[in-house]
Amino acid sequence: MHELSIISSIVESVTESLAAYPGAQVLEVRLRVGALASVVEDSLQFCYEIATEDTPLAGSKLVVNVLPVVMHCDPCGQDVTLPSLQSFRCPQCGEPVGDLRQGRELEIESIEIEENP
Amino acid sequence: MTTRIVELRKGILKKNDELAAGLRQRYTAAGVLVLNLVSSPGTGKTAFLELTLRELRARGARVAALVGDLETDNDARRLAASGAPVRQINTHGICHLDADMISSHLGGWSLDELDYLFIENVGNLVCPSSYDLGEKVRVALLSVTEGEDKPLKYPTLFNSADAAVITKMDLAVPCGFDRELALNNISEIRPGIRIFETSAKTGAGMEAWFDYLAVERSSRK
Repeated sequence: MHELSIISSIVESVTESLAAYPGAQVLEVRLRVGALASVVEDSLQFCYEIATEDTPLAGSKLVVNVLPVVMHCDPCGQDVTLPSLQSFRCPQCGEPVGDLRQGRELEIESIEIEENP
Repeated sequence: MTTRIVELRKGILKKNDELAAGLRQRYTAAGVLVLNLVSSPGTGKTAFLELTLRELRARGARVAALVGDLETDNDARRLAASGAPVRQINTHGICHLDADMISSHLGGWSLDELDYLFIENVGNLVCPSSYDLGEKVRVALLSVTEGEDKPLKYPTLFNSADAAVITKMDLAVPCGFDRELALNNISEIRPGIRIFETSAKTGAGMEAWFDYLAVERSSRK
């Protein structure tokens, strides 16, 4: 449960980016979170409002885009999406897969802001 | 008033990742193998590490350890009995170690005078998996008393590990530990991972672990 420190990092990072848009209000913060990132959307949402109070992000909405785990399957010669985290095997051929291509992302994709004219 | 979308594409843990990358360069330049030990509380990380430090020192290796806990320096005192330099990191409520804590506790140590640096993380199977400490080898530990399905319950951590250690093998029989099932579950989450079955009490399985450490140390990536 380190969602609070995750949100503190988000506040810091977004606040830095806002320097280029003086007076802008943040409406929405959009994240990309891989299924293996050890971060739970509910927990993020639960502390977002309180953790962003008295910051430039106050009142904004948090949108979390969860990315499934994508592995490269050598025998199949292609990237495959895992249906669950219970088995790291190719869903098509059943061979074990170890080459991770997506799933550990933890990033701020974009922010939506309202600028003052 | 106009609204606009600003693409950021910024890693949320970018600061930690950058610090960890800097640490990794330092470790590599100094030729020290750094390992990050992760498990639940009570798995036996400290007992496993006590034996590892003691044995490596007896074989002439230069070892040191950093140990993370929310409070107390009990573990550092236990580990220091091996004679190795040990420092305690108290996180005061934080559920994991991060690269900044490591960096700030390395002061005064000459990394190039070390062969191995062990980092015992805070006992937690969730949060430490997100924080790179610059280690070359992440070791996930699991004890026979915890249940064979731990890797299935905490895939994010076991999938990020480079090696797995099963501890307390001396209790396997009284605990009704299903060894095959545990090995299969670990491999299901992290195909191809090296698994060591050990007992800090009897010393069983430790030779394979020391061989692995020597190989990892000599192979530079």
